[in-house]
Amino acid sequence: MTDQQTSPALGALVDLGLPGIGGLDGVPLAETPQSAKDFTSDQEVRWCPGCGDYAVLAAVRSFLPTLGIKRENTVFVSGIGCSSRFPYYLNTYGMHSIHGRAPTIATGLAITRPDLSVWVVTGDGDALSIGGNHLIHALRRNVNLKILLFNNRIYGLTKGQYSPTSEQGKVTKSTPMGSIDHPFNPVSMALGAEATFVGRAIDSDRKNLTAVLGAAAAHRGTALVEILQDCPIFNDGSFDVLRKDGKENRIVPLTHGEPIRFGPAGEDGLGSHAVVADGLALKVVDAASVDPERIVVHDAGSHELAFALSRLSDQDLTHTVTGIFRDTSRATYDDAARAQVDQAKAGGAPDLQSLLNGRDTWTVAG
Amino acid sequence: MTTGDIDVGNPSHPGVGPAPLARDRVVIRFAGDSGDGMQLTGDRFTSETATFGNDLSTLPNFPAEIRAPAGTLPGVSSFQLHFANYDIVTPGDRPDVLVAMNPAALKANIGDLPPGGILIVNTDEFSKRNLTKIGYEADPLEDGSLETYQVHPVAMATLTRGALEETGLSKKDAERAKNMFALGLLSWMYHRPSEGTERFLREKFAKRPDLAEANILAFRAGHAYGETTESFAVTYEVAPAKLQPGTYRQITGNTALAYGIVAAGQTTGLPVFLGSYPITPASDILHELSKHKAFGVTTFQAEDEISGIGAALGASFGGSLGVTTTSGPGIALKSETIGLAVTLELPLLIVDVQRGGPSTGLPTKTEQADLLQAMFGRNGEAPLPIIAPRSPGDCFDAAVEAARIAVTYRTPVILLSDGALANGSEPWKVPDASALESVDPNFATEPNAPDGSDEFWPYLRDADTLARPWAVPGTAGLEHRIGGLEKADGRGSISYEPDNHDRMVRLRAEKIGGIRVPDAEVDDPSGDADVLVVGWGSTYGPIVAAARRVRGMGHRVATLHLRNLNPFPANLGELLRSYRTVLVPEMNLGQLVMLLRARYLVDAQSYTKVSGLPFKAEELQDVFLGYLDGSHPSSGERGSAPQGVDA
Repeated sequence: MTDQQTSPALGALVDLGLPGIGGLDGVPLAETPQSAKDFTSDQEVRWCPGCGDYAVLAAVRSFLPTLGIKRENTVFVSGIGCSSRFPYYLNTYGMHSIHGRAPTIATGLAITRPDLSVWVVTGDGDALSIGGNHLIHALRRNVNLKILLFNNRIYGLTKGQYSPTSEQGKVTKSTPMGSIDHPFNPVSMALGAEATFVGRAIDSDRKNLTAVLGAAAAHRGTALVEILQDCPIFNDGSFDVLRKDGKENRIVPLTHGEPIRFGPAGEDGLGSHAVVADGLALKVVDAASVDPERIVVHDAGSHELAFALSRLSDQDLTHTVTGIFRDTSRATYDDAARAQVDQAKAGGAPDLQSLLNGRDTWTVAG
Repeated sequence: MTTGDIDVGNPSHPGVGPAPLARDRVVIRFAGDSGDGMQLTGDRFTSETATFGNDLSTLPNFPAEIRAPAGTLPGVSSFQLHFANYDIVTPGDRPDVLVAMNPAALKANIGDLPPGGILIVNTDEFSKRNLTKIGYEADPLEDGSLETYQVHPVAMATLTRGALEETGLSKKDAERAKNMFALGLLSWMYHRPSEGTERFLREKFAKRPDLAEANILAFRAGHAYGETTESFAVTYEVAPAKLQPGTYRQITGNTALAYGIVAAGQTTGLPVFLGSYPITPASDILHELSKHKAFGVTTFQAEDEISGIGAALGASFGGSLGVTTTSGPGIALKSETIGLAVTLELPLLIVDVQRGGPSTGLPTKTEQADLLQAMFGRNGEAPLPIIAPRSPGDCFDAAVEAARIAVTYRTPVILLSDGALANGSEPWKVPDASALESVDPNFATEPNAPDGSDEFWPYLRDADTLARPWAVPGTAGLEHRIGGLEKADGRGSISYEPDNHDRMVRLRAEKIGGIRVPDAEVDDPSGDADVLVVGWGSTYGPIVAAARRVRGMGHRVATLHLRNLNPFPANLGELLRSYRTVLVPEMNLGQLVMLLRARYLVDAQSYTKVSGLPFKAEELQDVFLGYLDGSHPSSGERGSAPQGVDA
């Protein structure tokens, strides 16, 4: 997170002291301040009433101008699914591609155009089912892409089949006796694929969503942000427990460098629940009942801690960790690919005729 | 004789011996086990022959397995080379000389050697065990079954080992150089220059100078063996060919194709981005292009075929020349993305080096397998241009031309090469790089709305080409969204309107149909032939060779070779209708003939074969003769090809 001047919105974020360059370095800055309106296209938004996508769209439209980069240097690439209509509603460059393949298209674009901020919008079916292979390889390569994974745990556009994140036993159109598929844990999967940045936010929590998006934008490399959201038509209320009374006992927000405390304020003004080590795993305890030294301090630089946090509870939402699980620096594929081309070019402009001739030619006289 | 008799001299000095016999053309086939280095041996002989100035054509033929079980028939690998003192177009039907490194290689290839042919056999491998392994009950070298050939039994492994005694190499390592012994022997027989091979070996084994020297010693030993033993009474000379004036080099189709892609980056002024996944027989294009980053070429080895083309398409969206290279099974996987590229109307070069199908099929063998897949293998009406090179060197021109069409018309283009072109080689008249035609990508920079507003319409077409504007991200004021959903004509926003879809489907077809391609040319020396033979792709060589043969017998036949498979040349229908008989030989079950019959309503005849190997000129000659007298191919006047017309 260097070069804060490219991104006024990022100044408030925690500086992990990471080396290297920022995610937006190389992207030209806008000459005049921009607003959410500038990023709004003339297309009528066609999601169902109550869809979580509206909240995310509004958050992204307000967030993008704060990055301070030129609108024309921003590109959104999506796959197929309800969320993948997202690019049509932003007045940036965009491509609504085919099912599961957005990371591949974004990869080619990001490798060849370091002056662009490239975003992928995808859903649980698009990213984790048909596009699973591309997602894991994008993450391991660490191409400078920001992937927004809208997870509503259902197929919406095809009208209500279970998805790879649907809970086991879920009754859907294609599983009248209940789903027998074991679901993915997207954060665990991303960390297992060597992701250098993994975050999670709930669509309605605009503050946390914006903060995670900001950190993702500043991250040089692939950033995966899982956004939990409802499909009001086919999976209504699926995350209600994270929105209603008592949610504070379930949501575990992370702040780098801070002890992991959540829930109603205890006597010390901090959350009354705490996360502590339990063998090789983590567990939630009553904060007042443990030695404060035992409470885990979040370290976004720790791969192991990030993974343990992703396993804090089953995916039944008993405990849902939000914020930035992991944010570490590793050389990106696209920077390295360009560096090799630059290195090869450093020897001077090559001669096409020499290449064509090769080393063994002979001449036939006229 | 023993190894001690061999004088390991310097073969670049001509030795004493009988005066060489002159030959117009020779076909040599090296055959051995997959691990015997036959491809390398053939490649080196080719290089020596190219340097000498003969015209040549080659046919490598090897199994898909890297090392099939040693000594077995499936493990046999061969390399055939045809060279001549005149222009030739095929690797030759039958070898004049067969080099068999083991019993399996003999058994698999002897059927192709005509009576009287020269057979050079490595006797060291003819043990009872090796013979039994492949079903020889008696040793063919002793049972008289080879008596119609000029047999030269040579203990190549023993001789090589003997020549390398001083080097201190292990027995096994020393014997591995026996292919270079064979090369040395053949180089002596045909008076090939050897400096290039010695230089090549020093470079190939730069990190193991001991192996370099060992191979050179083995090469020289083979040469000296020919010179000093009386086993070989004669040597042969094939004078250089009289080719068109110019600078020549030897080139394979895959290398020429890679160079064409590099050149296309230069002619269009665009950075080249290759997204590819390894697949036989296309991988060498990825290997070659990965060496040419200095030309602004970026290569990306993707996680799968789909990602390879996806990344290429993403790069095209960003203003690069996106390229993906694959074979038939890869095209199947890429189909959905090709369809997306069709509707996005972005430039994209898709190279299909065809191989035997269906499914995994014959990975290392050739077939004109994918014309219909290229033409129709997508959902919906998704037309795109198709180009097929006719020879290894032509792969260069085809790549440059495919890129020109892609950029000019904003469309994916499929280039259909095949396994025979990819690995085969020929002398290539090196083009003048400065004479290559440049292509202006003509990026959009300004709003283009017809009402003069500041809007950008991404699907407002050029009146002449029907191409849409190519506005790349980073261009202020032209921000736009494109996708797989149907787009409103002009404005480009999503449209489900019935009439609009009908119009857009037709516009896309009209754009591709209107691509200007050169008129087809008929080769009809007599000017009054009744039979027109139509080919495409790598059948050019055998068709031309067979036509020369039948013309040499006094018959009249016309040929036409199609380079543009979509759209077809504008004059094609008229040409087809002007002949009594149209014959289409193909290495599939009749894909082009189906298109021609459907499109032009001509009663075109089909001759097909799908053996994984190119047509033989003799085979096509017989087919042509059958049609020339109007009867069935199995009847009709026959004759033998006079000397000198074999191509």
